[in-house]
Amino acid sequence: MALTRREFIKITGLGLAASGLGVLGFGASGEAQAAAVRPFKLTHATETRNTCTYCSVACGILIYSMGDRAKNARSNIIHIEGDPDHPVNRGTLCPKGSALLDVVHAPTRLKAPRYRAAGGTEFKEVSWDFALDRIARLMKDDRDKNFIAKNPAGTTVNRWTTTGMLAASASSSETAYLTWKVARSLGMVVFDNQARV
Amino acid sequence: MTNTWQDIKNANVVVVMGGNAAEAHPCGFKWVIEAKIENGAKLVVVDPRFTRTASVADYYAPIRPGTDIAFLNGVIHYLLEKDAIQHEYVRAYTNASLIVKDGFGFQDGLFSGYNEEKHSYDKSSWDYELDKDGYAQSDDSWQHPRCVINLLRQHVSRYTPEMVSRICGTPQDKFLHVCELFASTAAPDKAMTSLFALGWTQHSVGAQNIRNMAMVQLLLGNIGVAGGGMNALRGHSNIQGLTDVGLLSNQMPGYLTLPNDRETSFDEYMKTKLYKPLRAGQTSYWQNYRKFVVSLQKALFADAATKDNDWAYDWLPKLDVPLYDIIRAFEMMNNGQMNGYICQGFNPLQAFPDRGKIRRGLGKLKFLVTMDPLDTETSRFWQDFGPQNPAKSAEIQTEVFQLPTTCFAEENGSLVNSARWLQWHWKAADAPGEAKSDIWIMTGIFQRLRELYRKEGGAFPDPVLGMSWKYTDPREPDPEELAKEMNGRALTDLIDPATNAVVTKAGTLLDGFAQLRDDGSTASGCWIFSGCFTEKGNQMARRDASDPREQGIAPNWAWAWPANRRILYNRASADPDGKPWNPAKPVISWNGSKWVGIDVPDYGPTVKPSDGVGPFIMNAEGMGRLFARDLMAEGPFPEHYEPLESPVENVLHPKVSSNPVARVFADDRASFGSPKQFPYVATTYRLTEHFHYWTKHALINAILQPEEFIEIGEVLAKEKGIEQGGWVKVSSKRGEVICKAYVTKRIKPMTVDGKPTHVIGVPIHWGFTGQARKGYGANTLTPSVGDANTQTPEFKAFLVNVERTTAPAA
Amino acid sequence: MSELQSQDYVRISATTMTPPMARSHEDQVAKLIDVSRCIGCKACQSACMEWNDLRPEIGHFEGSYENPADLGPSVWTLMKFAEHENEQGNLEWLIRKDGCMHCEDPGCLKACPAPGAIVQYANGIVDFISDKCIGCGYCVKGCPFNIPRISKQDHKSYKCTLCSDRVSVGLEPACVKACPTGAIMFGAKTDMQQQAQLRIVELKTRGFENAGLYDPQEVGGTHVMYVLHHADKPSLYSGLPDKPRISATVDLWKGFIKPLGLAGIALAALAGFFHWISAGPNEVTEEDEAEGERVLREGEEKLS
Repeated sequence: MALTRREFIKITGLGLAASGLGVLGFGASGEAQAAAVRPFKLTHATETRNTCTYCSVACGILIYSMGDRAKNARSNIIHIEGDPDHPVNRGTLCPKGSALLDVVHAPTRLKAPRYRAAGGTEFKEVSWDFALDRIARLMKDDRDKNFIAKNPAGTTVNRWTTTGMLAASASSSETAYLTWKVARSLGMVVFDNQARV
Repeated sequence: MTNTWQDIKNANVVVVMGGNAAEAHPCGFKWVIEAKIENGAKLVVVDPRFTRTASVADYYAPIRPGTDIAFLNGVIHYLLEKDAIQHEYVRAYTNASLIVKDGFGFQDGLFSGYNEEKHSYDKSSWDYELDKDGYAQSDDSWQHPRCVINLLRQHVSRYTPEMVSRICGTPQDKFLHVCELFASTAAPDKAMTSLFALGWTQHSVGAQNIRNMAMVQLLLGNIGVAGGGMNALRGHSNIQGLTDVGLLSNQMPGYLTLPNDRETSFDEYMKTKLYKPLRAGQTSYWQNYRKFVVSLQKALFADAATKDNDWAYDWLPKLDVPLYDIIRAFEMMNNGQMNGYICQGFNPLQAFPDRGKIRRGLGKLKFLVTMDPLDTETSRFWQDFGPQNPAKSAEIQTEVFQLPTTCFAEENGSLVNSARWLQWHWKAADAPGEAKSDIWIMTGIFQRLRELYRKEGGAFPDPVLGMSWKYTDPREPDPEELAKEMNGRALTDLIDPATNAVVTKAGTLLDGFAQLRDDGSTASGCWIFSGCFTEKGNQMARRDASDPREQGIAPNWAWAWPANRRILYNRASADPDGKPWNPAKPVISWNGSKWVGIDVPDYGPTVKPSDGVGPFIMNAEGMGRLFARDLMAEGPFPEHYEPLESPVENVLHPKVSSNPVARVFADDRASFGSPKQFPYVATTYRLTEHFHYWTKHALINAILQPEEFIEIGEVLAKEKGIEQGGWVKVSSKRGEVICKAYVTKRIKPMTVDGKPTHVIGVPIHWGFTGQARKGYGANTLTPSVGDANTQTPEFKAFLVNVERTTAPAA
Repeated sequence: MSELQSQDYVRISATTMTPPMARSHEDQVAKLIDVSRCIGCKACQSACMEWNDLRPEIGHFEGSYENPADLGPSVWTLMKFAEHENEQGNLEWLIRKDGCMHCEDPGCLKACPAPGAIVQYANGIVDFISDKCIGCGYCVKGCPFNIPRISKQDHKSYKCTLCSDRVSVGLEPACVKACPTGAIMFGAKTDMQQQAQLRIVELKTRGFENAGLYDPQEVGGTHVMYVLHHADKPSLYSGLPDKPRISATVDLWKGFIKPLGLAGIALAALAGFFHWISAGPNEVTEEDEAEGERVLREGEEKLS
């Protein structure tokens, strides 16, 4: 049985070395193995109950965040899984729900208000005050100019049709109610949500 | 949903038609699997494609997109022909016996009263024959030729199995097998549940699709019972809540309608909402309408709403058209009739029909505000992204604001699920960077507007300045405070007029909407939510998952509207004497003195069975409607109309081929294609790996389904030389998409009126922002036309062409 | 502490160490994948990536719902989709979650030449211990199910761990927890076998006469089992082996080379071994494999 050095290493060498190591007392016991199983990563994470943001099955979820909510720690979400107590999903999640972590931390999450001027070719970051002041100004100017207090028949109609709004479908009912109050106080009627698409 | 997700497990037959539950709602679909395993249920799937739902079905039947009404009217024809209906239920609980007016008729595709110029109906003949007391006449013997059941029998007589197959392309044997499975649930102790979603709504006849199945379910006695119902699987996590709170052009919270121009005063408005019972002794619960509206006005405007000013009725805007829906909004934008648009968590450039029209419309605005956690296509419509979004930035004069918001994990609040459960959730972490909650942003805009109106005055500032805003932090109201405002409270001590005793003290949170009054002594921002946040605390945060008999009710988990009721119309789960139709799975029953059971009765808790009060308490006749009176745009019975873009003529009435009352704007009609140019039927849909246009931003989901593609059957692919995974160009009259092809056995050509018809499947999820590969989006192709009742766009059936092409230059 | 108390090893690659035997009462675990209730939603894939912090590259659409295109060092489980037309002409969409089967008699472990790089715990889980892996690729060749994959980045072999980190604290694997339709279950192997029998009875009532359990005895049974509607034809499910076999190369390595090594040439091998690992890991190429088989064949001929 003639083995070249290459064959020796590739085919038998490692195994022989391994067997030999065992025999020679370098065997696969000892501290290296204590680290074999990855440490469980949620042991001291903070658990928060929430609802999946996607479809209307509304699966219960457990959000795990780093830190114990101490003043000096900033919570960072590290893992999300199903809430086993929830009567509908009983801990399960679909491929979207199982990947909620990646939408929370999406690189395309927006972090600052941005503004694009008429004819502009790019967004620039602006302050919240700039954005909200400007939006309020534009809305008021449009409303004051185009508000319809009475229709041609003389009926009081108090509607504003030249600015409209699409309301969010994953925001809370409380947000929805507040949004409704704002939109209708202005007389806005071009007002819809995602119910149809 | 009339029932709960878990209740699906009680079904004997589950029909998924007009949806793809396994794919779109996997975690809810587990209860279908439970039904199969624990209850021996049969799963029936009727769909143009062999879907992931079909992969675990007991029976699959194909259907041409847009022909569901022909199929379901065929089912009704079968059930009546074979007498496979639940007689006692139909007689007692539906309007089968009621007699319809003499002038009512149907001929050549049109119901009586059609106005060809206006494309609408005078619906006065679509109603019951009334007696001298104003009650509907009836014939319990079903002999009268104009009683509903006989008119229905006549209406569906054309929908024979041959005709169904001719229109739908469903082989007759498959259609009949589906009918048999449905019919097996006519037995009183058997139930079928219908699970549907956008596969039914997104048609020019969407609402009638759903009505049609509701009629099937009434005939089979499957409404109100465990394992039955009409279960609309809603889309987004709180789209049910948004609808409940009335964020629609014609709605106010709790399904109260916004006034229109004809309703010149509060009294005029209320006249159309008195809902006088149409049979003796009926509940007709909407008789309480006034209490709900007055309580809403008190919540909105507090002391500024008084009896003397008609509860500030004029502070509400009035509508001059039925709906300012999205299709109309973008029509107006394109016509230069709109200047500003706010998109809160919404991405219309990808989500709305005819992307080209959407892009042009946005470019005509003066300003666009987007509020979103993610970088949406809409917020970048003005930027050139190549063929997926060609734009000349310098020419677009729209000012654009991209405002970063928090997401679900970063806020407290409640969401309403598909089964009407209000579930509270808690914040886990702060938002990244400077992102703010929608509440903070909306309030920020509102407070600035108020300040401007205070300083400068302007157009009708009264409701802006008068809107009640008494929150602990007026810059960012606490969600709990808002929830309490919706729940409602007593504004003064509430006195029981019989005893003069104070029953509820001023300032107390109400226990439910039964306490609401129309004299201004109560306030409630959303009457159907009343009971969600009481003096006992936040009911939406309840977490007791116990479930009596494990029947899928879990009455103490969170809180369901209305009144924590989990199965709507549950009175119909028992026979007229109050005994459960299915003794093995009772929901409520009459114990001799009151209604008892595992759910809150959808009925007067002490109303005796002998009183003859119908179980459908919101309807003036107290019955389920096989004949819809004047409530639908197209007619009281569903009729098959072809999609606006269809490969064939309507074989039943070629002169009235598509929905005669569809609202089509002229420029949209001009962009409909003909079958000569665009010979294939396309249908758009979701894939389980993605959620709308959101998850392409999530890396894992981008990995799981990375790139835009269409699905095409093997026969057509061969004919067109299209290879597995090869590049194709799919085009409609409105645009083209260049993407990959999935050649599959799961879509087969169907024989429609003797001719082969091919279907192309177009998944929707791609765009030009996020992490998945850049794509066009299915709505590049779709037509801008909606359902005649709701204006839901017809995404599920339109015409395209498909050609083999080469890979685009990188 | 030298061992995780709950997960004592019963098999260790390339060593003669006797595993601890006093604690002999640990339950064997198993994952049962009921293909008949799987909807192919990929929640298992998603949950696996999320829990194990795996994010492979974003691929392309390649003519199937299968994405990524193959198992990989960071793709430990993958849904495979097969469109099958049955004898009645009806379509069946056979969807199978692919991944490590955690064989009772693991070919990877047998083939592995690196001491302690592959271990089997008393509960049956076969785990790769990355710091001991030398990236030779023998496990890939030894696996009858074609599961392990070598990373081009760190030259180590990877596969499903059956979430040994979750199981060690008493939880089910991430894919099991996520599965929306309960198509993936986890528990004691005996319980899973019993559960499978119930499912098989039910499937037979629905006309799947050949429904059965896939727990192939050729590899001593597996700790990941399938309920199949067509257990007579496992290969319908995207090539699940009808009869999985550990390659002859590996069997021979066990039977011949190892004793030979112990008999005399260990020290020489050691010299080469240390030189080799310091020079960097290497993968088995097809050429190496052919040469290896030739050597084995020759050796076998000599012995016989």
